[in-house]
Amino acid sequence: MYELKFDPELCLHCTTQACLTRCQYMEIDGETAQKEILKIARGEDSFVLHECATCYACEEYCTFGNHPYYLIAEKQELLGLSPVPRPLIQRAVNLGIPFRGQPEIKEINGPVLNIAAFSELTYLIQGKLFDGVTPISTDERKMFHYFCQLMYLHYGRDSVIKERLPRIIETIAKHKPTEVVCFHDECYGAYTSYCKAHGIDVPFRPVHFYEYLYNRLVELKEMIRPVNLKVAYQRPCSSRLSPDKHLFVGRIFDLIGAESVKREFVDENALCCAGAIEGQKREGSRKGAAMQQQKNVEDMKRAGAEVCVFNCPACFQTLGGTVARNGIKPVHMSDLCRLAIGEIPAGWR
Amino acid sequence: MDSIYQSLAAIVDAEHVSDRPEELYIYSFDLGTAEPHRPDYVVSPETTVQVQEIVRLANRENIPVVPLGGGMSLAGLAVPLRGGILLDLKRMDRIIEVNEKARYAVLECGVSQGQLTSYLERHHPHLTHSEPGAPPAATIVGNVVIHGQGDLAHPYGFNSDMVNGLEVVLPTGEVCSFGSCAVGASWFTNHPMPDVGLFLGWCGTTGIITKLSIRLLPAKRIRGIGRFVVDDEGLVPEIFYKLTHTQMAEDIIAFSSAIPPFASKLQHFTVNIAADSEKELELKQEIIWDDTLGEYIKRGDGAYLGFTRSLERPQISKTSDYKKGGGFEYVGSIMPIEKYPECYRRGREISERHDIPYTVTGRCIGAAHSMMFAWTYAFNRADPKTIEGARNALHETDRLVLELGGVIWKPGTFGQKLVLERLDPNTRDLMKKIKGLLDPKGIMNPGNWEIP
Amino acid sequence: MALKDFAYGDTIHRCFRCGYCKFPANWVDVNNCPPYARFRMETYSCGGRLWLSRAWLNGQIDWTEHLAEVLYSCTTCRNCEVKCPLRFNVDIVNMVVAARGEMVEAGRLPAAVKNFLQNVELYGNPYGTGRSSRGAWAEGTEIERYNGHEYLFYVGCTGSYDARARRSALALSQILRRAGVSFGVLGNEENCDGNEVHKLGEQGLFEVLAQDNITRFKGLGVKKIITLSPHAFNAFKNHYPAYGGDFSIFHYTHVINGLLKAGRIRFSDNMHVRVAYHDPCFLGRWNNEYEAPREILKAIPGVDLVEMEKNRESALCCGGGGGNFQIDLLGGSENSPARRRIREALKAGARVLAVACPKCLIMFEDAVKSEGLEENLSVLDISEIAAKAWGMIGHSQ
Repeated sequence: MYELKFDPELCLHCTTQACLTRCQYMEIDGETAQKEILKIARGEDSFVLHECATCYACEEYCTFGNHPYYLIAEKQELLGLSPVPRPLIQRAVNLGIPFRGQPEIKEINGPVLNIAAFSELTYLIQGKLFDGVTPISTDERKMFHYFCQLMYLHYGRDSVIKERLPRIIETIAKHKPTEVVCFHDECYGAYTSYCKAHGIDVPFRPVHFYEYLYNRLVELKEMIRPVNLKVAYQRPCSSRLSPDKHLFVGRIFDLIGAESVKREFVDENALCCAGAIEGQKREGSRKGAAMQQQKNVEDMKRAGAEVCVFNCPACFQTLGGTVARNGIKPVHMSDLCRLAIGEIPAGWR
Repeated sequence: MDSIYQSLAAIVDAEHVSDRPEELYIYSFDLGTAEPHRPDYVVSPETTVQVQEIVRLANRENIPVVPLGGGMSLAGLAVPLRGGILLDLKRMDRIIEVNEKARYAVLECGVSQGQLTSYLERHHPHLTHSEPGAPPAATIVGNVVIHGQGDLAHPYGFNSDMVNGLEVVLPTGEVCSFGSCAVGASWFTNHPMPDVGLFLGWCGTTGIITKLSIRLLPAKRIRGIGRFVVDDEGLVPEIFYKLTHTQMAEDIIAFSSAIPPFASKLQHFTVNIAADSEKELELKQEIIWDDTLGEYIKRGDGAYLGFTRSLERPQISKTSDYKKGGGFEYVGSIMPIEKYPECYRRGREISERHDIPYTVTGRCIGAAHSMMFAWTYAFNRADPKTIEGARNALHETDRLVLELGGVIWKPGTFGQKLVLERLDPNTRDLMKKIKGLLDPKGIMNPGNWEIP
Repeated sequence: MALKDFAYGDTIHRCFRCGYCKFPANWVDVNNCPPYARFRMETYSCGGRLWLSRAWLNGQIDWTEHLAEVLYSCTTCRNCEVKCPLRFNVDIVNMVVAARGEMVEAGRLPAAVKNFLQNVELYGNPYGTGRSSRGAWAEGTEIERYNGHEYLFYVGCTGSYDARARRSALALSQILRRAGVSFGVLGNEENCDGNEVHKLGEQGLFEVLAQDNITRFKGLGVKKIITLSPHAFNAFKNHYPAYGGDFSIFHYTHVINGLLKAGRIRFSDNMHVRVAYHDPCFLGRWNNEYEAPREILKAIPGVDLVEMEKNRESALCCGGGGGNFQIDLLGGSENSPARRRIREALKAGARVLAVACPKCLIMFEDAVKSEGLEENLSVLDISEIAAKAWGMIGHSQ
């Protein structure tokens, strides 16, 4: 079985305890933080395991790359402290079961785009930006064969990931990709961060979607007409697993003439969409999630955003409607880029 | 040329009557598992007068008349079991009146669910009707005739409870009206006239409803669906009870199905909530999810799955493609809600025995006074074995309904027999007398609700 | 042919006949399937056609003239595909076309269909008029024969032979000339594009036509083609590539819209008229182009563009698709789709019904006459409206 590489020694010598002191959902001082993270590492109960919003942010805050969030998720399962009710776990675990036959393996021998479990969103990977990259599979019947499984972190079911992810990797590898552009940065996080932290072998080169988009835009620079829009970016949880790629958000905005508005909840201080929070067991989760969404959108409004840009389809689903009702247009990053090169984006409604 | 054909053509016109093999073939089928039976003629009238003339002709010629609406009952109720004239009523599709203040609509018998929904959305956005789970091509009258229920069944009951008046062509050709319209008033109420409820639930064996006044209901500005899930079917009745107590929901449904896997062995709830303002919406959500279902969430027994604005139009026909086979049929029942767990468990057993992925649904009617519980069986139209399997499962389920103390909803001929066997003998006799009185020649949809 | 050998033998039974296919997007009525709207019998609904096709292929029913008429009354408008919620929806029209193909194979066709196909085979057009008069519409004009021009203007059978449609071909030619577009036509050398032949199920003849056209186009060095008709546009764009016809295809509304944006056309005439635009199936549902024609109309000063209740992917077909502009299985009634559509235009308050297809043009012009609405509504092709708006002589009306 794959084991998390977590070194408590690093926590002992850590001077910031940023993993927990910077948490947006719990008020924790440095001393308590160290005590609690070490308790967790020892497999003991901690209030952190009960209160965690599962926003992944501590993965980014930890300057040692020691994977505090993977640790939390693993121990939540071990101690039977999943943050969500039992039927929700069962539902989620069943959701990822492929049930419509085996994948059709075609060797591609070139760069592929993996849209993972979002086959219904293939309209977001159309047009010039995606010339020259082959979608690995857009068949919705087969999509769960390409599903990175990292979602189960939110459910305190790390074991499902460990059990299923190697097979997913195997399926993708069978297509003989030279590189795999990950439509969702959760997949990218799975193949770069999670697999590395757990010693799972990844026999292909994952490429972050934004890095891909940025490079394509540079190639198509002649076609770019500034979009001249004030944009707010809804940073997803999964982006915390690849903070080194977050800079491409700014680079893309600069390139396409989108003005990133000055917000409070941005970059490392971003608020999660609260989709994972609203179904949690803790009292007040539904209401708390709604309030957090309102706080987030108010911040976008105050900053003068005209458009809210999404990467994660789940964030889009959770927050898109609220954003729209507040007069801000929700749009996926790829659609915004298509707009910049004069194409009519499919989701630009 | 055939004289009946000629008479029919003279009543409607040559384009809307047929005795050609193509029409006879198509109209011989129900969409479910019922065996096809060819009619001798298909005719599509446009007016009540034409319907009368056709019925009189049928009396003269002693030939059956089988009225057909959208043809979506799936129970074979409009299959011409003894041939005769198949009356396709869908051309009678005028929305005659909508009274905004008194909240009712008067419609002809061919108006479809989709048509009325669309009409109200465009012209009377404050009004809606209780839309059933059938495809939008199902007719309003067809649904009322079979005691259908819709997405407002929790606050307002069966659609047949919402009838404000009827115009009916009797089996002998006379036209009668019922409700306030019968005394020359507007079509605003069915009560307090003497009760002559002889046409609902009879599958067109006592007459043909040509016009209907149906209650319309307030449509709030925001309508959406909240979702909840439990893994213990034993919790469903008490959750139904608690939710209906809040009086905050429009529609409350629990379901479970083998496909897709996420729904398997879990009981999902959809709870429709409507509000005119964000304030009202949040109040209702708080009462439903936090105050009423919060205890299940805290214990980890139930989970809130979020709220989606806007109602999805029914897409139930997708069920037909489970076996890539273009077919499904279900047994519907009206059941006490406490029977949900047993209905679910026994239904799964039947499905598994017949190698059909199970699908069950329970919809609250009234303040949990009952539920419509349905067991759905998909089949492959191209594979007679699967049709046979589904039919057997359906028959088993018909028996199960009665065994569990429920009543079969819109039974096909098999279920009708089971019901009649158990029926109070005096009631049977009364039904027989009524039928004999109304339809002395027994020409109306023969084979249905036949009492020997 | 047995069902097991039929190309869609494993799919055709999957239609449940739930009836979504009869509706437009806003569910306003069940009259958006042209044959069903015309006859209102289940046989003529999309599901009826599929079940009957299967029953025939399965030997449950025999071929009759009526069966063939039911199948051929489908205008291949694709409303059903847009509305059907099931996964096989993309193949619904293909199934109907394939079943027609079986009738062609069996040599059992309604007389009108037989005639249509024979005429195309013999004369290169469904009208049965000689090839020598195909180019007559351009006689006495300065329209050039194609000779290495940037664009080939492919006029099509309707634009070449039908007196009414010719006027739109002329209007378009005038616009292109004045805007300085380099184009030429093939005159009598032009052959039928075959779109309707394809939809009537005569794949053999279609292949012959496609190969003939492709060879001719290539021989002349054609790279870019402008079509008057969305039907030709569809054949060239979607079917010809399979035979090596890799040309750049433009419907003329794409070209006019491009010229407008480039400032090469300037509308000056103030028209003061309320116009409704009818989406032709082969531009709209088949090729997803809903905006270019509207952008042209919106650019005309004084045009008040209104939408009919059923528009874009919900537009009710004129009833002329799939060869029906000629074989006419849907005509002769106030319930004919074209007449229904005319009434819808009138209900939208339009004085002009704008079209972008020569088949729609003649279908609607006839329908206006049948409805006795000549005083209330004119039917004009966008080419004609654009020519008029640019102050050009030779526009109609």
